[in-house]
Amino acid sequence: MNGFGGFVLRRAVGTVITLLAISVIIYVVFYATPGNVAQITCGPRCSPEQVRQVTEQLRLDDPLYLRYWHFLVGILVGRDYSTGTSLEHCAAPCLGLSYQSDQQVLDIILTKLPVSLSLVLGAMVLWLVLGVGTGVLSAWRRGRISERVLTAVTLAGTATPVFVIGLVLMIVVCGEFQLLPFPQYVPFTDDPEQWAWNLLLPWFSLALIEAAAFARLTRASMLETLAEDHIRTFRAYGVGERAIIRRHALRGALAPVIALNANNVGSAVGGAVLTETLFGLPGIGQELVHAVKVVDLPVVVGMVLVIGFFVVLANAVADVLYAVADRRVVLA
Amino acid sequence: MSETLVASRTPGTDTPVPGASGASRFWRRLRARPSALVAAAVVALLVLVALAAPLLTAVEGQDPTTYHPSLIDSARGGVPLGSFGGIGADHWLGVEPQTGRDLFARLVYGARVSLGVALAATALQVVLGVAIGVGAALGNRWVDQLLSRATDIIVAMPLMVMSLALLAIVPESFPRTVLVTFVIGLIGWGNIAKIVRAQTLTLKGLDYVSAARLSGWGRWRIARRELLPGLAAPVITYAALLVPSNISVEAALSFLGVGVKPPTPSWGQMLTAADVWYQAAPQYLLLPAGALFLTVLALTVLGDGVRTALDPRAASRLRVGTGRRREAKAGETAHSESDKPHKEGNA
Repeated sequence: MNGFGGFVLRRAVGTVITLLAISVIIYVVFYATPGNVAQITCGPRCSPEQVRQVTEQLRLDDPLYLRYWHFLVGILVGRDYSTGTSLEHCAAPCLGLSYQSDQQVLDIILTKLPVSLSLVLGAMVLWLVLGVGTGVLSAWRRGRISERVLTAVTLAGTATPVFVIGLVLMIVVCGEFQLLPFPQYVPFTDDPEQWAWNLLLPWFSLALIEAAAFARLTRASMLETLAEDHIRTFRAYGVGERAIIRRHALRGALAPVIALNANNVGSAVGGAVLTETLFGLPGIGQELVHAVKVVDLPVVVGMVLVIGFFVVLANAVADVLYAVADRRVVLA
Repeated sequence: MSETLVASRTPGTDTPVPGASGASRFWRRLRARPSALVAAAVVALLVLVALAAPLLTAVEGQDPTTYHPSLIDSARGGVPLGSFGGIGADHWLGVEPQTGRDLFARLVYGARVSLGVALAATALQVVLGVAIGVGAALGNRWVDQLLSRATDIIVAMPLMVMSLALLAIVPESFPRTVLVTFVIGLIGWGNIAKIVRAQTLTLKGLDYVSAARLSGWGRWRIARRELLPGLAAPVITYAALLVPSNISVEAALSFLGVGVKPPTPSWGQMLTAADVWYQAAPQYLLLPAGALFLTVLALTVLGDGVRTALDPRAASRLRVGTGRRREAKAGETAHSESDKPHKEGNA
């Protein structure tokens, strides 16, 4: 079990265990609360008759571990919901049923997912390019005025909440100067050009803040790498500064950046929730906020689970990438 | 382990020792950074404003919750009457569109909410983080495994999403400000616990702790007398960065309409309503946005200053080519975690 394959395998097993633990914790936190779970699950406007039905469907009279087992079985192989007269099958991975919209939670998530993925992936490209670019530039120009300006700008960037930047951008660009229409989501498959134009502002709002963190990290990491002995040797041999940065320093400096990118998936999801709400994009984040407001518990739990799974997977993938990028990493 | 000892004894790179000399050195280093000083002044001013909110509004003669229907133009959808959104001797910063509530009063009371929630949540995170981190480091293998895995999971879960979700299951009747504080505090302790565990493990191996153990001190007494003081520097450093992050999270939750609820004023909540009024009453948008920006920026700069004052290696690492780097590296394990800014807050 040594070497790279063993490392990947160990990480995979660890990830599966973490995912299971997360599902237990989330289930217990949300479904073992004091108070009438059936009432909360069903929603504030449910009649006693409906509440009784929900209790029966979710087998809420069973002990907690059995209820979790049903829930887990639902996710892994699917489960059936009887709605009194008919039987509705919820195929794996079954995340449950929203009693407020009479839809399966997974369907709700799947219809919203493209919007959120468009937002986060597009923004990620932007923040990596902007952040790493700015970081490299300010490490290269260290001690000069341009570096001081960049440092100040990135500091201000890390201090600005995403909804403040988004709000200001939207008012300046769409309201005051009318350079762009107010964003309105257009599916990529309908019209890629409109899709991109409409997402431009949300991408920038989300990316600017994340970029600031990456710029600070890349700068620090570059400076550290540039101070290492092998770089000094290159300098002594007369290798130009540009070539040193491009060919030698950047690679060593990028490992922490990859790690930060994975750690930031969670914060990016949080940022996406705010961006979607601000710009009215019909993604998972907006749906989550809505579900929280109307207390649609199955939707909330399903979304938290899915988001948690994505974040844990991203971290695991990043660990492997980190080891690939930086061979000095001890595979433990 | 010997490397750590060497590094910590090198003059100028040592881990700050608690007590009078450590504190005075900390202040000297903090004072040497003008940016940190300015930030500290801004933070002090903000805290003062928050504490004196009732006094300030009394001087103005207003309060944050009274509606003033006579000050708004209901024919034009509730735009404030008068120039610049109703700014005048009675209402220093104008009034809120639609309701006519005094903006100055709402802004300064909003500072109370922002700072109060953020500081209380930070305190909760620090207490939980230190307890769990120390527990993991001092407990047996199983306790460590359990606490460390729990920490990993809590770190992995996005703070924004989790707090948002938790707010759904608590009944409406629960006081919202307290609720938001608890939710942020109960979720955000993960990174502190990680740092504390790493630092405690490092300290545990040091000679003076071994000496205490060999002279028959109990585990609890060692933790309290020998370990906790050594944890102060990294914990203070990280806590200083948690405060602005918590302010952003509270503002974000209130902005989404699930955090602090009206009539309690909060900056995030003010922003939600403000964007449609930016032409008629631009200060309605600019004041909470500016206040939020200034507060988070000042706290972040102050946090950076505190970190540099407590851990000079963080600064000297960035200076290219200093001969200290090698030594600094040896003892850096416990501190490297605190170099990562806690990013969730900008969500």
